[in-house]
Amino acid sequence: MAFNQELEAITQAFSGHGVDEKSLVTILGKWDPQERESFRKNTPHSFIEDHERHFQRCDDHYVRLLKHEFVRFKNAVVLWTMHPWERDARLVKEALKKGPSAYGVLVEVACTRSSEELLGARKAYHSLFDHSIEEDVASHIHGIERKLLVALVSAYRYEGSKVKDDTAKSEAKILSNAIKNVHKKPINEDDEVIRILATRSKLHLQAVYKHYKEISGKNLDEDLDDLRFKETVQCLCTPQIYFSKVLNAALRIDVDKNTKKSLTRVIVTRADIDIKDIKAEYHNLYEVSLPQKVEEVARGNYKDFLLNLIARG
Amino acid sequence: NDCVQLIFDFVGWGTDEKGIIVILGHRTVYQRQQIRRAYEEIYQEDLVKRLESEIKGDFEKAVYRWILEPADRDAVLANVAIKSGKNYNIIVEIATILSPEELFAVRRAYLHRYKHSLEEDVAAHTSGHIRQAMGLVTSFRYVGEEINPKLAQNEAEILHDAVKEKKGSYEEAIRILTTRSKTQLIATFNRYREIHGTSISKKLVDEGSDEFQKALYTTIRSINDHIKYYEKVVRNAIKKVGTDEDALTRVIVSRAEKDLKLISDVYYKRNSVLLEHAVAKEISGDYKKFLLTLLGKEE
Repeated sequence: MAFNQELEAITQAFSGHGVDEKSLVTILGKWDPQERESFRKNTPHSFIEDHERHFQRCDDHYVRLLKHEFVRFKNAVVLWTMHPWERDARLVKEALKKGPSAYGVLVEVACTRSSEELLGARKAYHSLFDHSIEEDVASHIHGIERKLLVALVSAYRYEGSKVKDDTAKSEAKILSNAIKNVHKKPINEDDEVIRILATRSKLHLQAVYKHYKEISGKNLDEDLDDLRFKETVQCLCTPQIYFSKVLNAALRIDVDKNTKKSLTRVIVTRADIDIKDIKAEYHNLYEVSLPQKVEEVARGNYKDFLLNLIARG
Repeated sequence: NDCVQLIFDFVGWGTDEKGIIVILGHRTVYQRQQIRRAYEEIYQEDLVKRLESEIKGDFEKAVYRWILEPADRDAVLANVAIKSGKNYNIIVEIATILSPEELFAVRRAYLHRYKHSLEEDVAAHTSGHIRQAMGLVTSFRYVGEEINPKLAQNEAEILHDAVKEKKGSYEEAIRILTTRSKTQLIATFNRYREIHGTSISKKLVDEGSDEFQKALYTTIRSINDHIKYYEKVVRNAIKKVGTDEDALTRVIVSRAEKDLKLISDVYYKRNSVLLEHAVAKEISGDYKKFLLTLLGKEE
């Protein structure tokens, strides 16, 4: 391979999700000092030329980035090996620590797990953190999101097939009115909206979703401006669409640290549940196959691991 | 053989209540479920359903409640309370006195029986502050001995502002009472007493209190000392003109296999009368015999 090609290969090895360990071993591993200096000089956003002292210094951001990318595979393995209950408990704890930008994960865990899985997560949370989930969610979150989030993590929804269509219809009407009156009363202060979303069974909510579309012509989540409420409805009523959207946002080269993490989270947590349906929906929405996109954007062991998980089901 | 005897009793319902009392009243929860299963095998009918259709008065109601599995019983009690729109104290009792695992068993039993979740029905039948307080039913409290003293201090103050001074936010008080572990809450109540000189529940309710304040009061008392709380329920049930049989049955049937003895002891200390004597004075007939059997003091 010509050196230019090798340079390109190593640049590629470091760009994307994870690192291409093989290239690093076979190519970078055989470079002599001049070749490595050439690499440093050719990668100005990772190495800063110190003209005064005549060497190329690592950019701090580059060092941090490398750390995250090397460890991405390890994190995926650890998350995959963990008991699903512990997984979810840790995801919740991490989201609470990170703050409002991460609260979508709380919604995701609370709304896309089965009732027993959520109970399991609550038990694991006790074991790991000596507090209850609702205790920590309630005491960490002081703003308008608190009511909805506490209610969501505390739910133990009915999972049977019985749905009262009249009730679903009238609750669709309640939601429609609440949305129309959002300038008078913000949606996160509307106890009835929270009640419906946080206590009704998923089957019931899907009926509500259907009736809402009949009444207003739009999808319920499209009409909700508040992000948490939007996510709640998506997770409860159209989870595969929700997960496809999260994956799509994560499967880009230059994306922020937290969005990147959602790739691992979604694939690991759904591999045993509905990854097949998510794959189908992803293809439906974006006209490219999920494995293909992962192949494009992920690297090395991390990539192979993800592809393996995606191939299940 | 229990069952055969019982069959004759039930088939001839109304003819040998003594048999029912003597047999059922002395059986553990496990044995009662065995009897239920055997009855079903022989008669192809659920004994519980049979009883449901035969309830005429206090005696039948007590036997019916007694024969249900504890989680199922509490689910039924909760449902009755929800539908009545006023006995929130019953829901508070179930949500705070049971262990977190027991409460979840009730939630499961409720799902099974009513095809709705407990929180779904509670929320749909309540509003405002009382609905938020019913967040108690969705709690899954941490069980442990750890106490955070600083937190106890902070939260004692928050509770004081909300509950006594009626300023500050009820939402914070609800948050604390519905999510903290019982150990932490008791530490908080103790800290409150250290700071303010009186117990937090003293003078919390009066005739003018609304359902929400009463629910807060019941929450605090049940968590702090549920034996004393139950003693008061029983005392009021007996004192009341005409006697509140429902409350009496509820406490005696629910606690017979747990801590009814402790409640009786506290009753005696407080009223200088044995509970079984007080009960025997106010009620009569098969109902009286059944309750006395559960109290372990049949005549």
